[in-house]
Amino acid sequence: MVEFLTSTVELPGWLAWTVAALVSAVLILNVIAGGALAFIWAERKVSARIQDRLGPTRTGGRFGWLQSVADGIKLLAKEDLMPEGADGLLFKLAPYVSFCASFCAFIALPFAFDVVGQRLNVAVFFVVAVLGLEVFGVILAGYASASKWSLFGAMREAAQVVSYEVPLGMCVVVPVMLAGSMDMVTIAEKQAGWFWNWYLFHDPFTFIVFWVYVTCAVASVNRAPFDLAEAESELVAGFHTEYSGLRWSYFFMAEYGSMYLVSAMAAVLFLGGWNGPIPVATLLGLSEGTGDTAPYLVRLLGLVNLVGKASLGVIIMMWIRWTLPRLRIDQVMTTCLKYCTPIAAVMFAGAMLWKITLPGGLMPGVGRPGGEIREGWLEGPGGRAAAKPAAEDQKVARAPREAAS
Amino acid sequence: MMPALVAPAALLALASLPVAAINWHSFLFLLFAAIACGFAVAVVAATNVVRMALYLVLSLAATAGLFLLAGAEFVGAMQLMIYVGGTLVLLVFGVMLTAQAPFVAIASSNGDRVLAGVVGLALLAVLLLAGLSVPAWRAPASGSLAEPAATPLGMAFVGVRVDEPVAGEPRAAVRPGYLLPFEIVSVHLLVVLVGAAYLARAKRRKTQRAIDIVASVEPPASVAEHAAIGRGPAGAGSVLAGGSVLTGGSR
Repeated sequence: MVEFLTSTVELPGWLAWTVAALVSAVLILNVIAGGALAFIWAERKVSARIQDRLGPTRTGGRFGWLQSVADGIKLLAKEDLMPEGADGLLFKLAPYVSFCASFCAFIALPFAFDVVGQRLNVAVFFVVAVLGLEVFGVILAGYASASKWSLFGAMREAAQVVSYEVPLGMCVVVPVMLAGSMDMVTIAEKQAGWFWNWYLFHDPFTFIVFWVYVTCAVASVNRAPFDLAEAESELVAGFHTEYSGLRWSYFFMAEYGSMYLVSAMAAVLFLGGWNGPIPVATLLGLSEGTGDTAPYLVRLLGLVNLVGKASLGVIIMMWIRWTLPRLRIDQVMTTCLKYCTPIAAVMFAGAMLWKITLPGGLMPGVGRPGGEIREGWLEGPGGRAAAKPAAEDQKVARAPREAAS
Repeated sequence: MMPALVAPAALLALASLPVAAINWHSFLFLLFAAIACGFAVAVVAATNVVRMALYLVLSLAATAGLFLLAGAEFVGAMQLMIYVGGTLVLLVFGVMLTAQAPFVAIASSNGDRVLAGVVGLALLAVLLLAGLSVPAWRAPASGSLAEPAATPLGMAFVGVRVDEPVAGEPRAAVRPGYLLPFEIVSVHLLVVLVGAAYLARAKRRKTQRAIDIVASVEPPASVAEHAAIGRGPAGAGSVLAGGSVLTGGSR
């Protein structure tokens, strides 16, 4: 985008960067906000179907399409309350902290080949690190509300999220190891082709580790059955007991944003990213790199694939939420420390051994293309086309040393 | 997809403004640095533990921004994960410790402030001297952000040297990496962790087994009678008696 702005529209560099950043930011913001609207509606419908009800049926036609919009207008019109004993600054700040963390993580998430806010060579790590910050807003909210319900909810959430980061990180490492890169674009590219190239079906260990990832992802975004932080039977509404109106809705946008994010990450890491189960584009002879309209078509197809997979993940989370009862806090911790962490560790070791002993898979030549590892830092930020000759790289590597000596 | 989104005339008008002359890399660097320093001062000045932790987080996050700005994405993400995430735990402890009385203020005495100021200024002086004495001090915005900044170092830590040898060093294949020191430090950290867990664990008090307590307590007369009756031939009665002896004992 920056190249386009500088070459075709002839903007100066700094303005091109600013415009590109603004466009990306606005698009991501719309993904989160629009996604939250759609998923809240879907949540109502899914929960209604599971509980043998109808859900919203009147607002905006037969299926209640506009229910979320109506909710949004209601939230805008609500009074913004703050408890008398609250710490004003932190109370007001907390929802934005949660939302910002969720938003920042989207920057590194690729939606299709090269359709990514900022391609980082440590994207996986960045997303996991930033996602862990979301709990910050929750703790601040719980503390600043000056309410025991809020405080208990926040402490539970803190304990839970900090614990579940460990197995989550171990699960995430497995696809990173198989791809030899922490760049999400590279990881998804490595799974191109038919669906048996997905890391989910790479070997038995990755298949199991995917389900551990799902468990940890549900726990790390505080969805039922792990939603102890807002257990309404004990804690009224947990950390957001004292919130109302738009501030409250920021927490929910952050929650739905994170749900979407972990689902999209599952799609990229295990389910082939933007590569569909059947490589339609390749079969039709379209490619990403060349031609006039073909790259756009391929990317559109990839976008549809990734958004479809991520949305499916969110729907499955809703299905889990309305099916399973809430766990107790000790059960949550047992699940994390006694089951998820050891399983993830063993599966990591297993996947590593599999990769060493059977690099071509069980049927060499049938499945994935050859297992060359591309170091992300050897490439330019532009991606595949910008790969530089090795000599130039060494020059760059030597430069600081010469400067120092 | 761009032409629809861009209004070229307005943007070109913007482009002719003098802002184009600003070095934006330096501007962002100064911005992040100012945020980091400002909130670092705020950490010291604040009196509420949780606010201190919040300011510390903001300061550290601005430092992560500096790393990302320098193109060291891995170090930036690491900064977020370790320091900001670690402060999260600090915050949790702050909340736990001050949970009895909300918003407890912690104020340091004047002597402490003077002492801290002296130590801080001394450290700053040393760092400034050391920093300014680096001969090959490269301008931050030299245009060539060296991409493989941390990779040769990381590879050296796992025992593989990928950086070019300087004159006089042996060939890359036989040069030693830093695997052994790295592992020693790791094991050391592990030992510290285990030791900390050992020191901080809940002390287990020696308690007698419940059955011994029951046996040692003389049961009240009524219970003893009850038990005696219960020990009769009726099976259901003996269960009842066992229960009542236990309650008598624990009383």
